[in-house]
Amino acid sequence: MIQTISTSHYLILAAALFCLGMFGVLIRRNALVVFMCIELMLNAANLTFLAFARARGDDLGHLSAFFIIAVAAAEAAVGLAIVISVFRARGTVNIEEIQSMKH
Amino acid sequence: MTSAIVEQVLFWVFAISTIGAACGVIFARNPIASAMSLVATFFFLAGIYILLWAHTIAALQVLVYAGAIMVLFLFVIMLLSLSDHGPVMTFSPTRIAGGAAVVGLFVALVAVFRRLPVTELAWTTDAAKMKDFGSIKHLGEIMYTQWLFPFEAVSLLLLVAILGAVVVAKPRI
Repeated sequence: MIQTISTSHYLILAAALFCLGMFGVLIRRNALVVFMCIELMLNAANLTFLAFARARGDDLGHLSAFFIIAVAAAEAAVGLAIVISVFRARGTVNIEEIQSMKH
Repeated sequence: MTSAIVEQVLFWVFAISTIGAACGVIFARNPIASAMSLVATFFFLAGIYILLWAHTIAALQVLVYAGAIMVLFLFVIMLLSLSDHGPVMTFSPTRIAGGAAVVGLFVALVAVFRRLPVTELAWTTDAAKMKDFGSIKHLGEIMYTQWLFPFEAVSLLLLVAILGAVVVAKPRI
């Protein structure tokens, strides 16, 4: 008897993806890679929505995933513009060196 | 029975590839390698979405994420021509605490998700619902009737984001 793939499997995959993204955000120093890790976390949220949509037979979760993709596109556009202007002002995208608003 | 085996095999292939590619994003030295790993992650995730009967979202994932957003990332990486120097990651006490918190979060989430009741997918006996589920026709119907306002709000958000990106990235306004 093989065990079928349940919603829990998808949710645990989403949790792993979210935690990897969060780990990257906390550990990496390159602002661009930090952005990519945020995209990973958003995708984990999408996966959770889709897993519950299938479990409940309600495809409103698909619509939420669609909106998340749109918001992620907007976030990437603004975030990358900020990275470009910070690089122009400071010559670096290392988040350890960009800390004038921290103290 | 064979379809269950196929689902099993595809799930594990896509899941392990997704996690592997996500590790590649985090641990790659070169930002370009990170970006390419992220593209791979998105493709494997699209496979997972198809296993979840979300074909429309899987197509959007490839078009918007792996297509548009990642091209934007690659453009910026190449525009900035970053030279990688110094260690990829630093290990200050706060970061080690953060890493430990991430592991704790993962353990807690897994503990919660394993307790989900397995009373799911009872709705699949409804043939009409099954046929409509996740189809672009059905999603379009909901999107342009019940969810019309959020849809228009998202278009406004994208417009604001485009204008914001142009204003922020411009050297002189």
